[in-house]
Amino acid sequence: MIELKHIQKVFKTPKGDIHACQDVNLSIRDGEIFGVIGYSGAGKSTLVRIINQLEKQTSGEVLIDGEDISLLDAKDLRKRRTKMGMIFQHFNLLWSRTVQKNIELPLEIAGVDKSKRVQKAKELIELVGLQGRENAYPSELSGGQKQRVGIARALANDPSILLCDEATSALDPDTTEQILDLLKDINRKLGITIVMITHQMEVVQKICHRIAVMSEGKVVEEGSVKDIFEHPRHPITKRFVRDISSKVDDDKQNENLKQIYPDGILLRLTFDEDISRQPIVSRVMKQTQLDISIVSGNLTNTIDSSFGVLIINVLGGNSQDYEQIIKQFEEYHVIVEVI
Amino acid sequence: MNEFLSEIDWDAMVVAIQETLLMTIISLVIAVILGFILGIILYITKEDGLYPQKVVHRILDFIVNLFRAIPFIILIFLLLQFTMAIMGTMLGVKGALPALILSSAPFYARMCMIALSEIDKGTIEASKAMGASNWQIITKVLIPEAKPALVSSITVMGISLVGYTAMAGCIGAGGLGNLAYMYGYARQNMPVMYTATFFVLVIVFVIQIIGDLIVKRIDKR
Repeated sequence: MIELKHIQKVFKTPKGDIHACQDVNLSIRDGEIFGVIGYSGAGKSTLVRIINQLEKQTSGEVLIDGEDISLLDAKDLRKRRTKMGMIFQHFNLLWSRTVQKNIELPLEIAGVDKSKRVQKAKELIELVGLQGRENAYPSELSGGQKQRVGIARALANDPSILLCDEATSALDPDTTEQILDLLKDINRKLGITIVMITHQMEVVQKICHRIAVMSEGKVVEEGSVKDIFEHPRHPITKRFVRDISSKVDDDKQNENLKQIYPDGILLRLTFDEDISRQPIVSRVMKQTQLDISIVSGNLTNTIDSSFGVLIINVLGGNSQDYEQIIKQFEEYHVIVEVI
Repeated sequence: MNEFLSEIDWDAMVVAIQETLLMTIISLVIAVILGFILGIILYITKEDGLYPQKVVHRILDFIVNLFRAIPFIILIFLLLQFTMAIMGTMLGVKGALPALILSSAPFYARMCMIALSEIDKGTIEASKAMGASNWQIITKVLIPEAKPALVSSITVMGISLVGYTAMAGCIGAGGLGNLAYMYGYARQNMPVMYTATFFVLVIVFVIQIIGDLIVKRIDKR
């Protein structure tokens, strides 16, 4: 259990004080994947560093299993840190060490003897799926592989907590997916508590149980992923939810729509700039006996035009009628796709 | 060609080469050790370093800058009393060492500091997050990560030391510089001058090649 109580963090700069965290209160349960989402500068990176005391809070308590770790002396804190793994956006591997030796580093630091180190590194390499790359140097690995090394390294001392600081932000979408799957898997297999800092809504959506939304150093909203997605309250949260809903995978969306609208046909109408100021839909509706209901739309207005996509459900006809209406739209130079 | 070579006192030439090598190697080894320690202290006592110590950092920084600012040839004269006191002579290889070391150690300290500063801060942060102590960070992370830069700095310094020994040679330190000056310049014996220059170049090239080979081997970036 990680409990943050009334955390304040002020950075003093010549230009004035920066309030990175303002009265942050969070409690993260054992074994859950907890996401902290926010735009850059929201204070989330500072917050995660307060959990392992890489940054000392200006005031407040950091309780881990009831113990305030900000009160530990340097030696006890170092010992405590070996039980908290951390992975980073830019992996932060040692390029002078091989994969195997990078994973052994935290074990060396903890004073584990050589034969145990080798054994543990071997297990971890298997866990993260890097068999055969033991003797490669980081410069020979892809981004996804580097993050796998980062994860293996973070898990070396069997930590109870894994802190992820923008762990997927430097990766492409496919690799992000794989790394998230790996983290989810590790959470399930090892029961480790994962704290994920990210600015990517799809990341928290995919793997987090609960999330907190941060803005300007404050936690503005907190709850289960489902709640936050279904009832975003704060403007920042709404922005995140909106960002993701426009990104939803087309195929998946199409499948869902077909289930919701089993009758008639679904058409995706794509308007381009030249035509979207014309009253096309209303003209087509006047020419047809069919029913049209608007399912969803994403139209963007610029100063002199508007363009975008409209999805409609056409009902009450046979296949000939439907072909007819498609033709009618096409006469107006609308690109029509049947979903 | 034979006439050219016969002008040269080969015994003196061999002795000179040995002296130059000896001065370069001894001062290089000592200066690297001193400079390395000094460089690491400079690095960790920095304001944003592992163990910030403003006063210590300022003082060391000043000393390093001071010794680097004094031209080598002037430093030799400034150090004459000191050299006499600790080496018992101001001539020959022994007499040259204090000045060689005191001018090159601060140089290497600065190079070390630059090499260490180039290590990604994220790597250091990662090792702190693993629970590493400052000593572990220095020995397991900083030094291995900076190794190629540290070695190439040794190469650069080795080469400039060869140059310094030649300069020291002019005022009685022995070595190829001394030979070139005494025989080549003072007695206008051009074959000696050219041959001495040739061997200085050989030494410089060998240092460069060895240095580059080592760096190439250890640099896994």
